[in-house]
Amino acid sequence: MKGKIKEKNEKIGYLFVTPYAVFFLAFTAYPLFFSFYLVFHRWDLLTAPEFVGLKNFSFLLHDPDFWQALLNTLVFLLIHIPLQIFFAITIAMILAEKIFARTFFRAAFFLPVIISGAVVTILWQKLYSTDAGIINHVLLLMGLAPVNWLTSPKIAMPSIAIMATWKNMGFYIILFLSGLLNIPQDLYEASKIEGASRWQDFWRITLPLLKPTMLLVVILSTLGAFSLFIEPYVMTGGGPLNKTMSVVLYMYKQAFLFQHMGYAATIGFALALVILVFVLLQKKFLGAETEY
Amino acid sequence: MKKLVLHLLLLFAAVTFIYPFLWMTSASLKPAFEATSLSLFSSNFTFRNYVTVFQKIPIARALLNSTIVAGCTTVSVIFFSSLVGYALAKLRFKGRETVFSIILITMMIPGQLTLIPLYTFIVKLGWVDSYAGLIAPWMISAMGILIFRQTFVSIPNDLIEAARIEGASELKILTRIFWPLSKPAMVTVGIITFMNTWNEVLWPMMVVREQTMMTMPQMIAMFAVGGQAGGEIGVELAASMFLVIPLVIAYVFFQRYFIEGIASTGIKG
Repeated sequence: MKGKIKEKNEKIGYLFVTPYAVFFLAFTAYPLFFSFYLVFHRWDLLTAPEFVGLKNFSFLLHDPDFWQALLNTLVFLLIHIPLQIFFAITIAMILAEKIFARTFFRAAFFLPVIISGAVVTILWQKLYSTDAGIINHVLLLMGLAPVNWLTSPKIAMPSIAIMATWKNMGFYIILFLSGLLNIPQDLYEASKIEGASRWQDFWRITLPLLKPTMLLVVILSTLGAFSLFIEPYVMTGGGPLNKTMSVVLYMYKQAFLFQHMGYAATIGFALALVILVFVLLQKKFLGAETEY
Repeated sequence: MKKLVLHLLLLFAAVTFIYPFLWMTSASLKPAFEATSLSLFSSNFTFRNYVTVFQKIPIARALLNSTIVAGCTTVSVIFFSSLVGYALAKLRFKGRETVFSIILITMMIPGQLTLIPLYTFIVKLGWVDSYAGLIAPWMISAMGILIFRQTFVSIPNDLIEAARIEGASELKILTRIFWPLSKPAMVTVGIITFMNTWNEVLWPMMVVREQTMMTMPQMIAMFAVGGQAGGEIGVELAASMFLVIPLVIAYVFFQRYFIEGIASTGIKG
């Protein structure tokens, strides 16, 4: 009797897992293997794929547009991550105090997180507009000079980084807030008895204990930065002077403007490698002791 | 005193997060000559921009497409992910741990790696410009499986044994016993899946060219970039409002699930 139930149980187990097996083979395993085929071929989807050996890779290494796109992402990261961490921690620390209407504030900061990136981008394109945008409007009211937010090659990428910070901040506030609420209060009390200032508390207790959260925030922001696509697509088209071209947008253009499927797959392959290296380095330097 | 300063700081920060959306709503209702003003109020509010949107782009069709795509994806993710989650949590079969490891590994593969090959596969299947192409590659979610598995593991086995003795099938045990006991998990998976699919723009921009098959984010992005709106700010923002309103309404009711769900799974919108 028991053996029979066990056997039946096993059959149903396989039956229940079958949809996933089919899904996995079709939409994960096959594309994964096919990417190794594509990177060695030139293919426009119409004619037969042509084997080109390592040509895609050697072209990639000497493709200034690809390196520019990678560099642009680094610029984005260098502005986005510090801004994100500074403001998210500050607001989370205020929210961790006994605050009136905390739920309301939490919900307000979180609102942009649920809104489509396409909408946020269109909205900020209007806010950033040099002549008609309300940001320059406010600057003028304050007696400051208007800024070419999206048309200056030097400022366009920082502008996109500021917008992304605004969009994602609520998410990181929640992460930091739960990290803060997990810190045992007696640590602060003990430190108070020793006569430490609140500033010292921050550097000696709060920040070290937030390290796991910090790692999570840095990794998630990095993954987000390497997925940048619709923001430059709508706002700048990658310009001015290619300074906001992201790697994914470049991959998209290679695939859908020029039908270079093999080369686009090679860009995706290289980008995946870069992401892997970044995440590993961040794990190494920001505390390997925490698994997540 | 310190409390007051903190509250004022927070209030100022909150205004910078909410004001742009209020401005967007207001600008979508203003005539062109007022659209760029800072003020949220106007004595000339009109639905003119919304009418223009309906005249220029098939937005009703895009709303229908988005609803179909996000709805089907969500139902499918909940059903299949809970099915697999149940098998992993409560059924014993050879290779169970292997399946579980594969699921964990797939979550670490950057999506950028498989995007182009996945697209060429959709082309081969002839699924370009179709609901199948928009839905099929996202029908099961590894994250969903993990959430369901974790929830189901904590449900006592006695319940299953009792139901089996009464002759209930495993599918019935899942749908009649486990689903009602895991409502928070279902709501979390459902909301995250729906929101991500509703907001997704890159994948539709790859597999859809035909205007009648476009989803909302793609259509409004094309509308803004293509200059069809004639550079009228109010019209572009009115088109965006159709995408925002359903989610904001859901957010007002399920705020806790949105925030906790997204924060606990690490998925960004």
